[in-house]
Amino acid sequence: MVDLNPITAWRRLLALPNESRAKTLAMAFLVALVCTLMVTGATVILRPIQAANRAAEQAARLEALISGVPGMSDLLLQDGGALSTVVVDLNRGAAADVTPATLAAALEDPAHWTELSAAQDLAGLGRRPNYAQVYFLRDASGDLSLVLLPVSGAGYNAPINAIVALRADMNTIAGLAITGQSETPGLGGRIEEPAWLGQFPGKQVSDASGVVRFAVAKGSAGSAHEVDGITGATRTSNAITHIMRFWLGPDGYGRLIDAIQRGEF
Amino acid sequence: MSAPASLRSILFSPLLRQNPVTLQILGICSALAVTTSMETALTMSGALTVVLVMSAGLISVIRRHIPDSIRLIVQIVIVASLVIVIDQILQAYLFEISQRLSVFVSLITTNCLVLGRTESFSRHNPPLRSMVDALGNGLGYSLALTVIGSIRELFGAGSLLGWQVLPTVDQGGWFTPLNLMLLAPSAFFLLGGLVWAIRSVFPDQAEALEYLSPDDPEASQ
Repeated sequence: MVDLNPITAWRRLLALPNESRAKTLAMAFLVALVCTLMVTGATVILRPIQAANRAAEQAARLEALISGVPGMSDLLLQDGGALSTVVVDLNRGAAADVTPATLAAALEDPAHWTELSAAQDLAGLGRRPNYAQVYFLRDASGDLSLVLLPVSGAGYNAPINAIVALRADMNTIAGLAITGQSETPGLGGRIEEPAWLGQFPGKQVSDASGVVRFAVAKGSAGSAHEVDGITGATRTSNAITHIMRFWLGPDGYGRLIDAIQRGEF
Repeated sequence: MSAPASLRSILFSPLLRQNPVTLQILGICSALAVTTSMETALTMSGALTVVLVMSAGLISVIRRHIPDSIRLIVQIVIVASLVIVIDQILQAYLFEISQRLSVFVSLITTNCLVLGRTESFSRHNPPLRSMVDALGNGLGYSLALTVIGSIRELFGAGSLLGWQVLPTVDQGGWFTPLNLMLLAPSAFFLLGGLVWAIRSVFPDQAEALEYLSPDDPEASQ
């Protein structure tokens, strides 16, 4: 008769010689099972806390960016000064019929992405979403005073995510906040330092003909379109140049910028 | 076999006399990568010590039942799972530091130190002794990382644990940070210096030359 008692079965398994095939398979399976449960459990239990952390960090950086721009925190405190979140259609340069809540779902559809050719793809993205969530800060009279544009692109080690703040003329940079980077600590990682980011306010994005001229200089900045490069981090500096040129150029937020300059927002 | 070492000596000998980093030169990949500041070095040390102790305990518990043919796979699977769990916990509760450690926590999996201890000690010793040994080695690793991390942060950024000790030129002080200290080569130099210092104090740690110099009359005798 087959013995179905699990305890004796377990004892028999443990008593098997270690080299037997049955015990090898059983041990491999059991170890894998225990480890799977451990990893899955940790991931599932901790995911809400991690998501909250990321959201809090994003909000803190947005807030730091706004408060770093002279006069902006006063504007927020004023009555009527409000930060609004808008999803824009980058191909049309207009507000999209997608809300921030449904944005993630819309971007799961590959039809809502635009493939970039090698010549267009300055920032090393491969493809670009058609919708982007941007932030408008209006003053008490309802006029735009600040536009916050999230940007991203390939860095030296991993993608760099940032938020560019533009003044209402859409040509003067009001600030830059890095929201995610894994550049080399102490070198490329210095793009997060306030001293470096502090150079951005006041820089001009485009020249008179509308071509994006912004660049991270090799060495010291030489014009109103440049900020100082970071010594020992040429690849990261170039990545920032490319990200800014792509996103503020015609394939990025170009149409939105034109629309805002025409006063459509 | 000689009488088994006492728990105390198992715990304390890896701190200096048997330090895994400076004597066995194990786990130096992460020692180079995360020692740009004290804070990351300490977090990494803590994470590695916890993984080391837990994996040593787990593997020691099942040591009599690990089939020899798959023992390395079993050990790596256990270590890797623990590392993922630790990484998730860091991301949940120490979010900022985990951002800075980025990929290096995951790389504890391939840290030779962890596999070295489970393979050479935990497989042959009961759980308590294994865990004490793992704790000792984790602390030894932490000690080496802390020393290198403090030197690199002090001279590379003029601060310790984020506190500005030497006022840098950028902030109007006199200290020009040594950028080299923040680059990987400086960790090699410092580690070499540390190994040299420890072997000068404990000459028995010095390895015999692998060759004899023909010009050295003393060596040729």
